[in-house]
Amino acid sequence: MAAETGTETGTETSQVLGRSVERLEDPPLVTGDARFAGDINFPHQLHMRVVRSPHAHAEITSIDCRAAAALPGIFAVWTAADIPDIGPVDFRADRASENLKPYRQPVLAKGRVRYVGDPVVAVFAEDPYLAEDGAELVAVDYAELRVIVAADQEPGEFSPGLGTEAALLTHSFGDIEAAFAGAHKVIALDLLTGRHSGVPLETRGAIGRYDAANDILELHGAAKVIHRNKETLVAMLGCDPAQLHLHECHIGGGFGIRGELYPEDVLVLVAAKRLGRPVKWIEDRHEHLMCANQGREQRHLARIAVDKDGHILGIDDEIFHDQGGYVRTHGSNVANRTMCMLTGLYHVPAFRAVTHFRLTNKTPCATYRAPGRFESTFVREQLIDAVAAELNLDRVTVRRRNLIPASDFPYRLSFDEPHVGDLNFDSGDYALLLDKALTKFGWDDLQADLARRREGGEMVGTGIGMFLEEGGRGPSDGAKIAVDGAGGVEVITGGASLGQGFETAMAQICAAALGVGYKSIRVIHGQTDRIPYGIGAHATRATVLTGGAVHVTALKLRAKALDMAAELLQAPAEALEISDGTIRRRDDAAGATMTLAEVARRLAPGSKVLGGREPGLWAEGFFNPTDTVFPYGVHLAQVKVDPGTGGITVERFMVAYDVGRAVNPAMVEGQLVGGCLQGLGGALYEEFAYDENGQPLAVTLADYLLPTLGEAPEVEVLVTEDAPSPLNPLGIKSAGEGGINGVGAAIAGAVNEAISIPGAVRRLPITPQRIRDILRAAAGRTD
Amino acid sequence: MKPAAFEYHAARSVEEAVATLAEVAPDQGRILAGGQSLVPTMAFRLATPEHLVDINGIEELGRLAVEDGVLSIGACVRHAAFHRPVTDGGLGAILTFMAGHIGHYPIRQRGTFCGSLAQADPSSEWCLAAVTLDATITAQSTRGRRTIAGADFIQGIMTTALEDDELLVETRIALPAADTRFGFAEFSRRAGDFALAMALVSFRLSGGVMHDARLGIGGAEDHPRRIPQAEAALDGQPPGSQAFEAAAAAVAAALDPMEDAGTSAQYRRELAQCLARRALESAAESAAA
Ligand SMILES: Cc1cc2nc3c(=O)[nH]c(=O)nc-3n(C[C@H](O)[C@H](O)[C@H](O)COP(=O)(O)OP(=O)(O)OC[C@H]3O[C@@H](n4cnc5c(N)ncnc54)[C@H](O)[C@@H]3O)c2cc1C
Repeated sequence: MAAETGTETGTETSQVLGRSVERLEDPPLVTGDARFAGDINFPHQLHMRVVRSPHAHAEITSIDCRAAAALPGIFAVWTAADIPDIGPVDFRADRASENLKPYRQPVLAKGRVRYVGDPVVAVFAEDPYLAEDGAELVAVDYAELRVIVAADQEPGEFSPGLGTEAALLTHSFGDIEAAFAGAHKVIALDLLTGRHSGVPLETRGAIGRYDAANDILELHGAAKVIHRNKETLVAMLGCDPAQLHLHECHIGGGFGIRGELYPEDVLVLVAAKRLGRPVKWIEDRHEHLMCANQGREQRHLARIAVDKDGHILGIDDEIFHDQGGYVRTHGSNVANRTMCMLTGLYHVPAFRAVTHFRLTNKTPCATYRAPGRFESTFVREQLIDAVAAELNLDRVTVRRRNLIPASDFPYRLSFDEPHVGDLNFDSGDYALLLDKALTKFGWDDLQADLARRREGGEMVGTGIGMFLEEGGRGPSDGAKIAVDGAGGVEVITGGASLGQGFETAMAQICAAALGVGYKSIRVIHGQTDRIPYGIGAHATRATVLTGGAVHVTALKLRAKALDMAAELLQAPAEALEISDGTIRRRDDAAGATMTLAEVARRLAPGSKVLGGREPGLWAEGFFNPTDTVFPYGVHLAQVKVDPGTGGITVERFMVAYDVGRAVNPAMVEGQLVGGCLQGLGGALYEEFAYDENGQPLAVTLADYLLPTLGEAPEVEVLVTEDAPSPLNPLGIKSAGEGGINGVGAAIAGAVNEAISIPGAVRRLPITPQRIRDILRAAAGRTD
Repeated sequence: MKPAAFEYHAARSVEEAVATLAEVAPDQGRILAGGQSLVPTMAFRLATPEHLVDINGIEELGRLAVEDGVLSIGACVRHAAFHRPVTDGGLGAILTFMAGHIGHYPIRQRGTFCGSLAQADPSSEWCLAAVTLDATITAQSTRGRRTIAGADFIQGIMTTALEDDELLVETRIALPAADTRFGFAEFSRRAGDFALAMALVSFRLSGGVMHDARLGIGGAEDHPRRIPQAEAALDGQPPGSQAFEAAAAAVAAALDPMEDAGTSAQYRRELAQCLARRALESAAESAAA
């Protein structure tokens, strides 16, 4: 069944699950009352400016801060020597890997700088203008070192005795040698995914404040993984958990990069404590494009072995992963995800991927929306298209032949390496979604139509990107829900909101389980002083995990309310229902009722009717999923290439995605459309290019080309609910990354068909100049 | 992205502006027009003028008029003034079409025609127009007024014939003969980006052949210029693919395009060739209409 979309208004009832109700979080956002990091100010605050390395790789030979320190209005100037007790920015607890630890980033560079933008000195001043004036007066001398700008270049030295290949990672299963030895055909492709990243409208921001009266250090502007970051910071700063609190405010976009711990977050905290003044840092766009996490840059030497009908026998891939200057909070997670999701939704009997996880002298990389998956989907789908071209088979047919059949679920992917966890595909009907998508797109008629246009001289074509996503990784999340004496419901979560509609989704889930109107629910997130645990919002976890916890907790609370009401209404609890906050007998609509507010008052501490009950109408609950969930999708693209300029126009794009169950279809659609446009950025426009000296070439939004409305096609969306997850009570999978995952793959396939050169596109983004290069080379061959 | 400190002077008249400019020019004093190029470079501290002389309050510089067969564009006339044709015929229409390619709507509300010439970005639409249409530029300083031909005014990437103490007060473009046909084509990565190359053409027709052909290329070399070899390939020929291909080929042969990390000279050359042909085709279509 396809979920309904389009926003419904005015829904006050509890029947809100699966409906496109209005978002709760919008009023402050659309009226200008939202509070972003830039809006947060404390009396007597200082402003921090970071002096950054102008070199990609160099030894720091001297630092002279005297002139800066002497400037009126400059409060302090710090180098690494001023904070010798502060260690490098640590990995998140669950990612610790001993052999990667030497590659972590110091808060301020110690002796060596490893990318343009590496923080070297921090200047604290009375206002942000003075802070920049002071930063300009800091004199740093460097001795330049050999610069490595590509992961497939000869590795070098990270530090004395330590190479830039930080790890050689392997994922494998099946007999790969036999698969290739017995193949009808082996096809090899050399593919590159360009370096790009999430570029939120709001740059990063961090405000540190020390509340001396209560001995609590506060970080404002935290996002995404607030509770995890607190754990990391507690360890780095050596304080008690009760002495440090992180606070999320409104966030102008996350996309995986915002909310990770960065050197600047640590700096404002340490400075706030030691300088005794609040410290505010707002990243400017220039810094953002040099310093915030980047991603995606990989080279794949991929081979596929097939039989004569196009059945996949094996996939073998050697990957060069460009990690940039340091290993950040995720360790080697993106490289690992690239490998384990590479076979996607196809049945592949044998697989081997080896990743050279290498440091280069560029901005460090970490997760960007669909990390590792955008990359591996591009590679996998190009391989499939190549098989079709080589065997002269239809692209759709080759895909159908290799899809994991619906009868095979749950489907387990086990790797040879003991430390690599199994993937258990929970549910799916991949062929069904493909059929639905092709039908909705009018695929068959379109092929004939486009063939006619090509005969007429136009360069038009279609492409397919099929993919698997993973979400809802545990281990656990919890929630607290309380009903006050006026009937107000507060849902306290450790989740995070990056603009995706978290508050609305949680309110919908709570409303449905408890039996109240969703608009009366206040959802708390991202405040470590309100709840001691929280999974945050990353890797499409929030709705599955925190949603699961809210559901469980709301049911507990409901049971508690009914237990009290049963006594007061003199009816068995099983005979009662709650609707719009009112409790009544299910079989007696006209009978006695009472509200949740009354129940809450009756359950107040000291109430005469409490009996043996715990006081308070509140509950706490946890959701511990046994495993992750696997939504899946199909992207279809239709493009037109201008042979004269190499310009590419996306004429149509469709995202078909099975989310298991959509809590709010309009919000799911929003996630998919937004993700898709970001994907078009990575496929066609965005690229963090560097010159051979490691100088970044895209440091303004005039050089880093985000797609705008002018470039955006009308994205068609098909949300299906054919394969709810059996692993959580609501059947939810996730929606955050399904819009972006297959865009590079589908666009590349469409361009190849448009220019009638199979396998022509080797590299993302596909720029007009690269198209011209391909067309010129092809013309040269036929001349 | 906070500019360095500077002193701000709001001039009330052209005389006051040039007097102040004469005083502050030696200390990196600069004119502030629409600010759409200057202010971003100040935010990056790539420019750190110690003085800004703001001309936005000078009423007479907002003058946009057609008199005696000449279009006069004062220093404070915004790009947006060209959103609708400023004269009848092909010239007004082509300037409107070109204006739509400059940045985005908000930028066009502040940025000025003359500021674009003073900035001399190689990819400026107005610089290409000034060169191709033989504009005359009037500069004023405490030393007096002088006029400079468009082709002499723009000398290289962000380099002009303007002295540090001179204010560009006005640009004048003679109205072309009524039967002049125009065509313009440019290519940029996204709507609103500076073009990677562009072409502006005009010609007249009589007896079925083209004459008075002008063909200017912008964005490809370090400054826009007319390509005489291409113009020669058009004059005396009937409009059509043969002449247009020949002119476009002449463009490709004559250019010595810029090369940067993102864009090869070869690509720019191919673009210019393609855009010259398309500009000619659209001029021919406008003739048919
Ligand atoms: C995102 C973006 C996209 C853009 N895209 C384009 C584009 O596609 N095409 C394009 O042509 N432009 C583009 N621009 C630039 C824009 O058109 C500017 O408005 C223009 O280049 C300069 O005009 P201004 O009035 O803003 O000048 P200012 O920024 O005020 O000044 C620019 C320079 O010229 C000097 N100057 C200005 N006026 C005078 C004068 N009368 N006498 C002497 N000196 C003077 C100033 O001192 C300064 O050095 C873009 C700008 C932005 C921010």
